Amino acid sequence: MATKTAAKKPSKAAKTTRKSKASKFSKATYIKWYTDMLLIRKFEEKISQLYIQQKFGGFLHVYIGQEAIAVGTVSGSQKGDKHITAYRDHGHPIALGSDPRVLAAELYGKSTGCSKGKGGSMHFFDVERGFMGGHGIVGAQIPMGAGIAFAEQYKGTKNVCFCSFGDGAARQGALHETFNMAMNWNLPCVFIIENNNYAMGTSVERTTNVTDMSQIGASYDMPSFIVDGMSPEAVHEAIEEAADRARKGNGPTLLDIRTYRYKGHSMSDPQKYRTKEEVADWQAKDPIDHCLKVIKDNKWLTEKKITEIQDWVKKEVAESIKFAEDSPLPTPDELYKDVYKEEYPFIKEYLA
Amino acid sequence: MKTVQFREALREAMSEEMRADENIFLLGEEVAEYNGAYKVSQGMLDEFGEKRVIDTPIAELGFTGIAVGAAMNGLRPIVEFMTWNFAILAADQIINEAAKILQMSGGQIGCPIVFRGGNGTAGQLGATHSQSFEAFYAHVPGLKVITPSNPYDAKGLLKAAIRDNDPVVFLESEKMYGDKGEIPEGEYIIPIGVADVKRAGTDVTLVSFGKIIKECHAAADELAKEGISAEIIDLRTIRPIDYPAVVESVKKTNRCVVVEESWPLASIASEIAYHLQNYAFDHLDAPVKRVMQSDTPFPFSPSLMAEALPNPARIIAAVKSVMYK
Repeated sequence: MATKTAAKKPSKAAKTTRKSKASKFSKATYIKWYTDMLLIRKFEEKISQLYIQQKFGGFLHVYIGQEAIAVGTVSGSQKGDKHITAYRDHGHPIALGSDPRVLAAELYGKSTGCSKGKGGSMHFFDVERGFMGGHGIVGAQIPMGAGIAFAEQYKGTKNVCFCSFGDGAARQGALHETFNMAMNWNLPCVFIIENNNYAMGTSVERTTNVTDMSQIGASYDMPSFIVDGMSPEAVHEAIEEAADRARKGNGPTLLDIRTYRYKGHSMSDPQKYRTKEEVADWQAKDPIDHCLKVIKDNKWLTEKKITEIQDWVKKEVAESIKFAEDSPLPTPDELYKDVYKEEYPFIKEYLA
Repeated sequence: MKTVQFREALREAMSEEMRADENIFLLGEEVAEYNGAYKVSQGMLDEFGEKRVIDTPIAELGFTGIAVGAAMNGLRPIVEFMTWNFAILAADQIINEAAKILQMSGGQIGCPIVFRGGNGTAGQLGATHSQSFEAFYAHVPGLKVITPSNPYDAKGLLKAAIRDNDPVVFLESEKMYGDKGEIPEGEYIIPIGVADVKRAGTDVTLVSFGKIIKECHAAADELAKEGISAEIIDLRTIRPIDYPAVVESVKKTNRCVVVEESWPLASIASEIAYHLQNYAFDHLDAPVKRVMQSDTPFPFSPSLMAEALPNPARIIAAVKSVMYK
């Protein structure tokens, strides 16, 4: 279970709630976590290769290592809830059930992409599934997430907004303004620090004297917890508890979810700021390996069935890339579309 | 018709729209219990309650971001900035988020929101409290920008802004809130993007907007005494600009002076001048002139303030220059 911030001195290594036997989570949940995390990882491994081959442009920030947060958040949330995150945004929509084909097409800037090829890697959207976007300005989604929650409260729903951001974004002033108002107005928002310990190449220790990030919530009396981000079980439990608090009208929660990105900040990151041993230590706690082990230990799937899942994931990824590559680019008339709700440019005859 | 103050016209626009649509709400610093720093929202808390008229802490970036998020999720916020100078702190949410979310989401998420508040100089407030933001925000695709110059336009345009499905920047003036003017008893709307001929004339076109247009009227009165007939075009909307209205007027007068309460570089005046040389080149009998605020941070001292602002004498001199008189 998540540990209460106020309880003890900040823990460097977060507690674990992993249970390989007699878990409260069902066979179906583990299989879903495993499948979704594997799809996220294999999708991103493939697009990383393609990016290096310059098959598509833009920035590319992969989620590899952090998958347990996306799947645990989604399994701990309900239909109608909203999700918003930063530019490292491939994991959330896949966990929410977006078709990886349209996500791949978005990377390629194709008209069939989830944002019609107008957003790229950093700006995936799938409103139908409650995914309110990847956002490229670091920390901008923090007040926006609170605003999405504000609208749910205003309309009188029981929906919650899950607002994710990195440990780097937590240094923006917008966070403090938002936390203050979110508490003051009791907004149904769960703030999630996907704390991978590095703001690009700058470690948490180098940017603050208060290295226990869950303490940030304490300034605003916000219930705050440290959560093991390598454990989908821990994430799910913390999310469910925080969401329940919000749904009952008891306001926001801060979850400092400790995780790790195995890859660089973006594809151009030489990673001189950390050691290979540190990366290996975290990879030893890999959430995909963990879920597979639970499935195997419980004999929930035969080797044959596991291979079928792995093959299905491989096929999904391959078909997604094929779909992206075969899809058309937007036609020139799309340039002025979606800039305004109405027809644009406003006055064509005077277009410069 | 009835006579109301500018602030009352704004209040009527907001209140009428809020009565018609539950999803509209007002938030900002001092808008509720204090009844508005400039009393624009006076009485609105009493009528609509604290759910819909919301005091915020002094956190422009945060409350603007919350409003943008609410607009992304089905509501129609009106954000009041005590002045647009403070909204610089919120520019990330206005420029990076509100203006771009529709395009970047491939049309999935719109942002129907109005950002409004005092703009431009307002007496001896020093440089940080005396800036005009038309050119800043008009530069940004995805936004609409409105600057009304009288209570009638203010009400009709604010109602249009609130009903608009895109983000609108609505620029008022602390110096205009007490201005009185006639408005109809009943409801009316003024469409966004339509300029207004405030005074018809034949010899020269004065293009302006916002409170500085008063200086154009004073100049036109003086010019009339000398037999010079000035036409005054109030742009009212700065994005989209009603270029045809300006071009058609200049085709008639053959001369143009743009009067703007802001800095000269990359100004709305530059934009108007470009369009005139491009679309009315053969109709111009003289180069387009402009009368601007000085290219300096706005001064504090009264003598320097007078030197910095457009005034009737400078407008008259510019008109005589384009008339070769």
